[in-house]
Amino acid sequence: MNRRTLLASAAIALAAPAAMAQDEPVKAGFIYVGPIGDGGWTYEHDKARLAVEEHFGDQVETVYQESVPEGADAQRAITQMALSGADIIFTTSFGFMDPTVEVASKFPDVMFEHATGYKTADNLSTYSARFYEGRAIQGHIAGSMTETNKIGYIASFPIPEVIRGINSAYLHAKEVNPDVEFNIVWAYTWFDPAKEADAARALIENGNDVILQHTDSTAPQAAAQEAGDVITFGQASDMSEYAPSPRVSSIIDNWAPYYIDRVQAVIDGSWESQQVWHGIGEGMVEIGEISDAVPEEVRTSALELKERLASGEYHPFTGPINRQDGSAWLAEGEVADDETLLGMDFYVEGLTGEIPN
Amino acid sequence: MDFGSISLVLLVASVMVSATPILLAAIGEMVVERSGVLNLGVEGMMITGAVVGFAVGVNTGSAWPGFAAAALASAVLSLTFGVLTQLFLSNQVATGLGLTLFGLGLSALIGKPYEGMKSPTLPKLDLGPLSDIPVLGRMVFSHDLMVYLSLALVAAVWAFLKFTRAGLILRAAGENHDAAHALGYKVVRIRLAAIAFGGACAGLGGAYLSLVRVPQWTEGMTAGAGWIALAIVVFASWRPWWVLVGAYLFGGVTVLQLNLQAAGAQVPVAILSASPYLVTILVLVVISARGVHGAPASLGRPFHASQ
Amino acid sequence: MITLEKRPQPSRTWTFLAPVAAVLLTMIVGGAMFALLGTDPVAAIRTIFWDPLFNPQFASYSRPQLLVKAGPLILIAIGLSLGFRAGVWNIGAEGQYIMGAICGAGAGLMFYPSESVLIFPLMILAGALGGWAWAMIPAFFKTRFGTNEILVSLMLVYVAESILASVSSGLLRNPEGRGFPGSRNFQQWDAGANRDLVAGTGMHWGVVAAFIAVILAYVLLTRHIQGFNIRLSGEAPRAARFSGVNPARVVIFCLGTAGALAGLAGLFEVSGPAGQISIDFNSGYGFTAIIVAFLGRLHPVGILLAGLLMALTYIGGELAQLMLSVPGASIQLFQGMLLFFLLGVDVFTNYRLRIGKREAA
Repeated sequence: MNRRTLLASAAIALAAPAAMAQDEPVKAGFIYVGPIGDGGWTYEHDKARLAVEEHFGDQVETVYQESVPEGADAQRAITQMALSGADIIFTTSFGFMDPTVEVASKFPDVMFEHATGYKTADNLSTYSARFYEGRAIQGHIAGSMTETNKIGYIASFPIPEVIRGINSAYLHAKEVNPDVEFNIVWAYTWFDPAKEADAARALIENGNDVILQHTDSTAPQAAAQEAGDVITFGQASDMSEYAPSPRVSSIIDNWAPYYIDRVQAVIDGSWESQQVWHGIGEGMVEIGEISDAVPEEVRTSALELKERLASGEYHPFTGPINRQDGSAWLAEGEVADDETLLGMDFYVEGLTGEIPN
Repeated sequence: MDFGSISLVLLVASVMVSATPILLAAIGEMVVERSGVLNLGVEGMMITGAVVGFAVGVNTGSAWPGFAAAALASAVLSLTFGVLTQLFLSNQVATGLGLTLFGLGLSALIGKPYEGMKSPTLPKLDLGPLSDIPVLGRMVFSHDLMVYLSLALVAAVWAFLKFTRAGLILRAAGENHDAAHALGYKVVRIRLAAIAFGGACAGLGGAYLSLVRVPQWTEGMTAGAGWIALAIVVFASWRPWWVLVGAYLFGGVTVLQLNLQAAGAQVPVAILSASPYLVTILVLVVISARGVHGAPASLGRPFHASQ
Repeated sequence: MITLEKRPQPSRTWTFLAPVAAVLLTMIVGGAMFALLGTDPVAAIRTIFWDPLFNPQFASYSRPQLLVKAGPLILIAIGLSLGFRAGVWNIGAEGQYIMGAICGAGAGLMFYPSESVLIFPLMILAGALGGWAWAMIPAFFKTRFGTNEILVSLMLVYVAESILASVSSGLLRNPEGRGFPGSRNFQQWDAGANRDLVAGTGMHWGVVAAFIAVILAYVLLTRHIQGFNIRLSGEAPRAARFSGVNPARVVIFCLGTAGALAGLAGLFEVSGPAGQISIDFNSGYGFTAIIVAFLGRLHPVGILLAGLLMALTYIGGELAQLMLSVPGASIQLFQGMLLFFLLGVDVFTNYRLRIGKREAA
């Protein structure tokens, strides 16, 4: 146990000088919103933590705390982690934003990294992944492969991240299949396997033969397998146990390169505050293997799309794109700016239904 | 708006599957409560059943041993509650909630090696000519055996409580444990048996989730189903057939609201997603306005023979 | 043959000895569990029970946090205990907590960015009213139609969660939050912030309210006729009716008080430690408070102690996860065990063991 006695007084504001002796390992802390065993979001962050341990060996020690509720408990968890001598702390959920900002201001010598938020400070960076690039590829495959022209989408909560994914998938399904129609079910949960299974069945029974999901469990995959003739995509993790069918591909959150990079920066003393939004090109968003269930020409075009996304040659939100109400959003050839994408709260033209609020 | 795509046949078929875990847990809890014991630990017992059932299912390569093990494991777990509340006379509400915490923690620890695995599941039964009946065949005669077992269990519990002497004694213990004791019945033993039965049923319900309905093991996968089961017992006013009505009503509205969303109904999603709870409240209010069926009189009260 | 024999009077010795014995038993059995999981049991037990209070590295921070964590638990549990004494089964405090937070936060945010001193009192009022109104739904159905309050109050928790998700991404969403769900942060708005009264002590208005509630509940139960009516309704409903107690009024009083206190807890939490309304604002205080109420034997002072003990296991559990890398699940298991022992050993307060021949019952 590493018990460097850092603080004995209540004056947390005068926090620890992170004097790192060469022989002492750098301590990297991780705050998780769910249990490691969720098989999705938190699972992938923890995989990356293990990759950090693997990469650095004795140079780095990691600590984590799982199932930290957002709000008051988060602030305490992050503070305690900082008090325990962590040199860099990753807080891995949007809801940890304000608590992270608060704690970061009290520990100027500890580096903080907050996932998917937008507030930064001298010792606080943000990082997020352009999952919508992966959604574009999903939409492309889905639009090409649907026979009923109906694609079901299990959404969690109406937040920009989810809406961006729906829009991106829809645009690229529509591009290859003008008749395509999206049916969206809002599950109002990130994780409830039984409900996700019910949602998938409801969509399948309503004639959708492709199921896209923005919830974490594999329950929709199992429901699709049972129904047969339905294809799905892995979410957050590869979900390869359902390959080659129904799971024909997946979006994998790969945080490991980023975490290793940032911990290295702390070791080198070169850490600086930044805001990154990495995509396929940087390797933060990975596309799981496209299985044999996908026809050869679709696979080829999907991989080609992936290349263009990776190289930055193509942006999934390239005009002309109208909003759902028909008003113009992006002109011919215009590319969406990150600011609008980050706060996206509208559907693009062609999607039916309303975004709940 | 087009609701033509919602098929009643498929809807009913879905409801029967999706309501089964809650039905199993609720019918067991109803027996427990009829014996005069309030066990709020259903969630903990369900999730323990889910993980044990899954683990045994994976290791034996067959779902049935999984179900058996789940029932056994949850029954044993429920006896922790039984011993504490019946022999040590601890408070039932708090002990039950403790059981939920205990079960959630225990299941997560047991389940670690089983995350991301696939398990054997139950085949759909082919009931021959019955399954071939148009409409009805697909609707009600095309499920796995557990669905029918859960229905049979409801019937059996009903018959047991209504027609058998043992059922009468169990009800007596629940209505007035002092009188039952005075008549020479072993109140504590009766209740322990009821608690174990309730545990076994909750375990089956949990295993149905992890082996059939989802099917997979993930930490916390019951996501509150045990609480719904508790509510269904109250909804049913402690009557077996009403447990069935309650579970199917709740499951029905849940599936229906998802179907309405899938079909693009122009109803605010916030209202749709709250609808199973609202409808359950509303129906209970209507039922209770027409006459009150009280809880077993000794429900939740500790029993000690010297009193 | 071992039998239990009821004591004529609850044993004073055991009243104090039982919790100590239970904690010791938990340390032994829980320690064995940690050893099985490959963690040093002594270190684990010390981290959970000792470090939050006395570890030089953490204690100055975690000691005040005990109050922050215990405050809402005690406040809600006090309200619930009145109902439980009267046989009114409100298990939906979680929903009342959420609605208190929403109403209180909403009332405050209507006047953003005013810096009037009236805003915080208004929020307190709205928070209490929100929780109260949410509890009045089961109260109304129960008194009017005899509808069981367990079901109605529990189902309303899920309805409240649905409303919470809806307002976080709609009505109360921070207009400057770039489209993300979640309200403005009260910590950044002086008029609406519930801060520590003395910085660094954890004593915010919610904790003060919890202490006041403990005292008032004590006075109510021991000195006031309504307290007597409540106890009578629970222990002897028929006698209560004969002596002129109106059962409907007891139901309304108990549910209303519990709802208002839970609503207050929600408001103090949203404007203080949590800071904002968000989709996952609630984290189970309403359910844990039920445990706290019974662990405290429905007695105000007992609830105070039980709330602090639960808070200790939460914070100690967090430290154990952090320092020893034990899985979060083992902490839940440990808490479950502690409850079992606390509740089980309590039997010796009212009963004594008799070994030998069985007496006629």
